[in-house]
Amino acid sequence: MAYKTIIEDDIDILVAGAGLGGTGAAFEARYWGKDKKIVIAEKANIDRSGAVAQGLYAINCYMGTRFGENNPEDHVRYARMDLMGMVREDLAFDMARHVDSAVHQFEEWGLPLMRDPKKGNYMREGRWQIMIHGESYKPIVAEAAKKSADKVFNRVCVTHLLLDDGKENRVAGAVGFNVRTGNYHVFKSKTVICGAGGASNIFKPRSVGEGAGRVWYAPWSSGSAYGLMIEAGAKMTQMENRIVLARFKDGYGPVGAYFLHLKTYTQNCLGEEYESKWFPALTEMVGKEYLDTEGQHLSHKPIPTCLRNHAFINEVNAGRGPIHMVTMEAFQDPHLEEIGWHNFLGMTVGQAVLWAATDVDPKYENPELTTSEPYVMGSHATGCGAWCSGPEDVSPDEYFWGYNRMTTVEGLFGAGDAVGGTPHAFSSGSFTEGRLAAKAACKYIDDGKAEGIVVSEKQISDLKEKIYKPLETYRVYSNEVVAGSVNPNFINPRQGLDRLQKLMDEYCGGFGVNYMTNEKLLQIGLKKLKTLEEDMDKIAASDIHELLRAWELNHRVRTSESVFQHTLFRKETRWPGYYYRGDAMKLDDENWHVLTVSQRDRKTGEYTMEKAPLYHLVDEE
Amino acid sequence: MPTFVYMTRCDGCGQCVDICPSDIMHIDKTLRRAYNIEPNMCWECYSCVKACPHQAIDVRGYADFAPLGHSVRVLRDEEKGTIAWRIKFRNGKKDMDLLAPITTKPWGTCIPKLSEEAAPANEMRDSELLFNEPKYVRMDEGGLHTLESNGLKMKVGVYY
Repeated sequence: MAYKTIIEDDIDILVAGAGLGGTGAAFEARYWGKDKKIVIAEKANIDRSGAVAQGLYAINCYMGTRFGENNPEDHVRYARMDLMGMVREDLAFDMARHVDSAVHQFEEWGLPLMRDPKKGNYMREGRWQIMIHGESYKPIVAEAAKKSADKVFNRVCVTHLLLDDGKENRVAGAVGFNVRTGNYHVFKSKTVICGAGGASNIFKPRSVGEGAGRVWYAPWSSGSAYGLMIEAGAKMTQMENRIVLARFKDGYGPVGAYFLHLKTYTQNCLGEEYESKWFPALTEMVGKEYLDTEGQHLSHKPIPTCLRNHAFINEVNAGRGPIHMVTMEAFQDPHLEEIGWHNFLGMTVGQAVLWAATDVDPKYENPELTTSEPYVMGSHATGCGAWCSGPEDVSPDEYFWGYNRMTTVEGLFGAGDAVGGTPHAFSSGSFTEGRLAAKAACKYIDDGKAEGIVVSEKQISDLKEKIYKPLETYRVYSNEVVAGSVNPNFINPRQGLDRLQKLMDEYCGGFGVNYMTNEKLLQIGLKKLKTLEEDMDKIAASDIHELLRAWELNHRVRTSESVFQHTLFRKETRWPGYYYRGDAMKLDDENWHVLTVSQRDRKTGEYTMEKAPLYHLVDEE
Repeated sequence: MPTFVYMTRCDGCGQCVDICPSDIMHIDKTLRRAYNIEPNMCWECYSCVKACPHQAIDVRGYADFAPLGHSVRVLRDEEKGTIAWRIKFRNGKKDMDLLAPITTKPWGTCIPKLSEEAAPANEMRDSELLFNEPKYVRMDEGGLHTLESNGLKMKVGVYY
């Protein structure tokens, strides 16, 4: 192979993937580690990478304790209510008590936060969301990360974590390849902060053909956070907790500002309010603790995202679709109309393109909504990710093993989508988690925990061979056929992705089966996934770009396997509207008021599942 | 929304190649100009459109649901700190100009270099504080929230 091996040695903190979590980590690490070597590896360009590449029009996690608005425990209550109880309250509390300091710094760095001209506080979209002009959110935080890091390796796709050959279960860095030069990069590091992303495109998307990139979460979010950490043997939590989004149809434009700020609302095709009629039956399914239809009105408690989805899905199935967003009232106000459009331009330009293409003017026509295909991630209204230690002053024993945000692999930390049980972190919370992980990683090194790491030549050369194998497969077999993409010896990454999406959709509860699955289906799905994994050994890449897609697919497959295992384990329907276990249609607090934790054996690939206790720090208001 | 590149405007500078988060803007080796090699992995994020110094890149809505004849164009200016959009409907009935700020400060000048900040004291290292805390949490003299300060106790199981 002509590709060079480039070794970057003596790294203290390697940030693998620099979206909001990774940039926060790189930035903060410099403060606690003045003399430490901080390196970023990112598969794209950190100025426009990660889920916030396009920008954001709101920061969805801001307490506003400065203005007397919310305390961290209020955030815990909200996240817990929205996730049907399943939150790591220690991690959520810890993130929430620090998140405002990140946001206040963003404002100083030049991020335009809108302020209420009369009161002086930030303009609120809802209780938790503040409005921003965030087109350049990512370039601004990237600048902060660049000022702190010793080196930034853009366009290096990290494929595997390195493990210490001297001591069991300790991280030793990472490897990957440059998607431009093709060179093999080895990062030997005392710690790794995994800032890689969650997973889009593992369930079949509603869009077809050219539009397959029109997914809610970025198409480059390839589940690498999970693929990397699961392979390294890290324990994962809540991987069954995929999310389904109710969004503007086809463009997946955001609805938050529309509901909260523009006061638009939904109705069925007959112009009727439809949500409340589904609630009594839903209360039967989930219990009064989670949906109290009579008390709801009095308490003004928000309704969990998944339960609103449930009403949406059922109303459509009852034949009264489509569901419309009533915009025609709000859009008569020119100021609100402008906000409505800015909202898309700031974070989902494609929705503006779609309305321009289809002549949908929300001033004169109420646009259609839809429920999306499921996504696996850990920073929106869902909490998939690694089982991480919490902070020492908050966490109970089961949640604490020495270093904040450290996974169960020593020296491997997480931020953003990588950390499990911490929904509703969003952009600001992910950045904050990166900062927390960076401080803890510095402490880990200063405590002498990273001494004597050994990385054998064999580990490095074995991984090199593995990484480039798809190119070799293509070279050997492509000329066996005249032309075209059909070959009996291999599949290409797109063909593999199509197969993954189809089986996830049909067996793991995608939109095509109305989000329904059961034990039998899951077992068949796992079997099919197993053969896909065998075929992953025969995946072929005709060039370096396709090699990138091959490794993204590897991470997506590993993520999917974990989702299957977790969904199989949790024998209840905890989040109706996200997915249903047809063989256990009720929420079952007696047996499942717990967090699910899995571990994949590095050598055998076998999964071990366990229930972890759910601690509550915070009582009802 | 898949991007495309106008033949006569592109000079092959590669700015779009450098910025694309999805690695789909590549240079055609024969024509020495950029093009979108994988439209079905395009998120219509407009990163390349904004980065192109010649406005050579545009977007045509996904063929599976967007009819032809629309336009959403953009000019991003770091010096002025603004982004300007123009949206034109297919039926010609709507033509909107929208302007938004992208920064409130001269570009890139107001971000601290943490290597030049005073090193944290050991007391701070042993605390739960991050850089600029506790001040930046509330912008006053208040401390960080703890279980104790907020009157919270740990409990396992369902009790709410």
